[in-house]
Amino acid sequence: MTGAMLPLLVAVPLVAAAVLVLLARRTRSTLVVLTAVLALGLAGAVATVVASADGGTLAHGVGLWPVGIAIPFAADMLTALMLTATMLLTLTCTAFAIASGFARRRYFAPLVLVLTAGVNGALLTADLFNLFVFIEVMLLPSYALFILAAPGKARLRRIAGARMYVLVNLLTSTVFLAGVAFVYGVAGTVNLAELAGAAASSDAVAVAMAICLFALSIKAAVFPVHGWLTQAYPATSPAMTAMFSGLHTKVAIYAIYRIYAVVFEGDSRFLWIGVVAFTVTMIVGVLGAVGEKSPRAILTFNMVSGIGYILMGVALFGVAGLAAGIFYLIHHMIVKASLFLSTGAIEVRYGTGSLDRLGGLARREPLIAVAFFAAALSLAGIPPFSGFVGKLGLVLASVSEGQLVAAGVMVLASLVTLMSMLKIWSNAFWGKPQAPDGSSPAPHPWPLERGAHAHHEASTVLSPVQHPEDATHHERSRISLPLALPAVFLVVVSLALGLGAEFLLGLSETAAQGLVDTSGYVEAVLNS
Amino acid sequence: MSIAIAAGVLVAGAVYLFSRREMLRVILGFVLLSHAVNLIIIAAGGTDRRDEPIGGDLDPSLVADPLPQAFVLTAIVIAFAITIVMLVLAVTGRHDDDMSQPPQRDSEPGTQASQPTREQGGTS
Repeated sequence: MTGAMLPLLVAVPLVAAAVLVLLARRTRSTLVVLTAVLALGLAGAVATVVASADGGTLAHGVGLWPVGIAIPFAADMLTALMLTATMLLTLTCTAFAIASGFARRRYFAPLVLVLTAGVNGALLTADLFNLFVFIEVMLLPSYALFILAAPGKARLRRIAGARMYVLVNLLTSTVFLAGVAFVYGVAGTVNLAELAGAAASSDAVAVAMAICLFALSIKAAVFPVHGWLTQAYPATSPAMTAMFSGLHTKVAIYAIYRIYAVVFEGDSRFLWIGVVAFTVTMIVGVLGAVGEKSPRAILTFNMVSGIGYILMGVALFGVAGLAAGIFYLIHHMIVKASLFLSTGAIEVRYGTGSLDRLGGLARREPLIAVAFFAAALSLAGIPPFSGFVGKLGLVLASVSEGQLVAAGVMVLASLVTLMSMLKIWSNAFWGKPQAPDGSSPAPHPWPLERGAHAHHEASTVLSPVQHPEDATHHERSRISLPLALPAVFLVVVSLALGLGAEFLLGLSETAAQGLVDTSGYVEAVLNS
Repeated sequence: MSIAIAAGVLVAGAVYLFSRREMLRVILGFVLLSHAVNLIIIAAGGTDRRDEPIGGDLDPSLVADPLPQAFVLTAIVIAFAITIVMLVLAVTGRHDDDMSQPPQRDSEPGTQASQPTREQGGTS
């Protein structure tokens, strides 16, 4: 992997998407191409990790224009780790979407590829305006995928979620764009390398960058501006919730890490804002989770809480804190997607995610039950899973930075997280299986093409599409192996990262060093 | 100065339109807001100290900065695309414009008859 190959991570998915639009009717072949391109992207991302393992930075100015005009692409260890994690998640969620039938919707494959191109571009670019463009490239297919999840005749809730999603993201992007304009106005450049340290030395640049960071915090769903996430995410299809949870907010988090490290050079004057906001985010997230009723809503609120943990790494700016934050970021992406996929598999096959309507699944779906339980423990931070390593690192870093309140909140929020997870566990997996009489939902397997429509919405569930033959093989597992495997796979990854934590910890420490001392990154971009 | 005032007026109009319930007005608000931001980007190029790039033998530090203009072109295209997406959303879900009235559900047989209350409470 060399610097000049970085643009391929954006170009290949985009070109493939364009070709697949023409072939959109031949679903099967589009899915083969989709999987192949994603696998190729994953290989490229892993190669980037290998290439930046020595702490170096790959960089390339597209078109060899002079710095400041060219589109700069740069990848250090943090970028490479994020690329690998996002590609892995996209691939896994695509596998789930194929198994659940959602992927058979026309244009699914090209949309996912454009999404991938946008995510990769946003992670790779070292230019604020390009970041805006790539975030839009990432969001536009997401709007379409969000709406694809709605059944033929969209009902109220779906559309409301989609509108909210589009409007909030557009408003945020517009605010971000205004911030970029102000940065250009006061600094005369939007290239991250040329902006290095600008916010630390000039208050005008700091204010302009703060507008950008504020917009990114909305996208990341930090406490006072997290409400859109918890409304929008449960409203789409399970496969898409899992994919978006791993990509969108995490790209914003990555940008916050990068911008604060490069432009602010970790300026300690502003860190207290982060400590306060992210601590409150952790608490508000878990408390919201305890109050929710459907697994996906609980998980979305837990996600808000997790975002507080991840960003605490920036607020504790230092090698230990950043490394723990990056570790937690990767862990969170994987585990969260696993949880969304395991509960999503239940939603797709049982037609409901409502905890009042599920029960006794542990006996009936042992594989999903084990996957969910393990991922829940990992999310709460129980050894030997990856969550334990990440949370331990963050708590230790907060204590050594003197942020005792934050450390206490982290431990407390973990306990509440466990509680909210147990709520799903005891309601959906333990307890009596729901009898298929008239009042409780008659569980029926959704035919494959309707699988995508089968959501937590009770109205959908209670449609009198009855399958009387179900009563006979009531005890049989209904979630097929291909549908369960993505969630299981991600749990195994989490377990491996927990048992072999040294490996990822080493990589995230390299990434953290690159953030504390940004001279290598800056130099690479300037010489690209 | 005139650009700053124009951007301010556009933002004020956008905020007013955002406070309406109808999706269409919100979309028009976004049109105004994106114009405001485009003006800000143009102003960021230093319109007060630069002249139009007409004539030969020009000093690059005194004629209009081309970079913000490229930014604006890109931003206009993106805003245009998203406006279309939003207009589609405005058409497909006409009934939930005004949440103070009970939403009209589509009368697809069998989907809503069984438990209408669930759907109403679903927007939490």
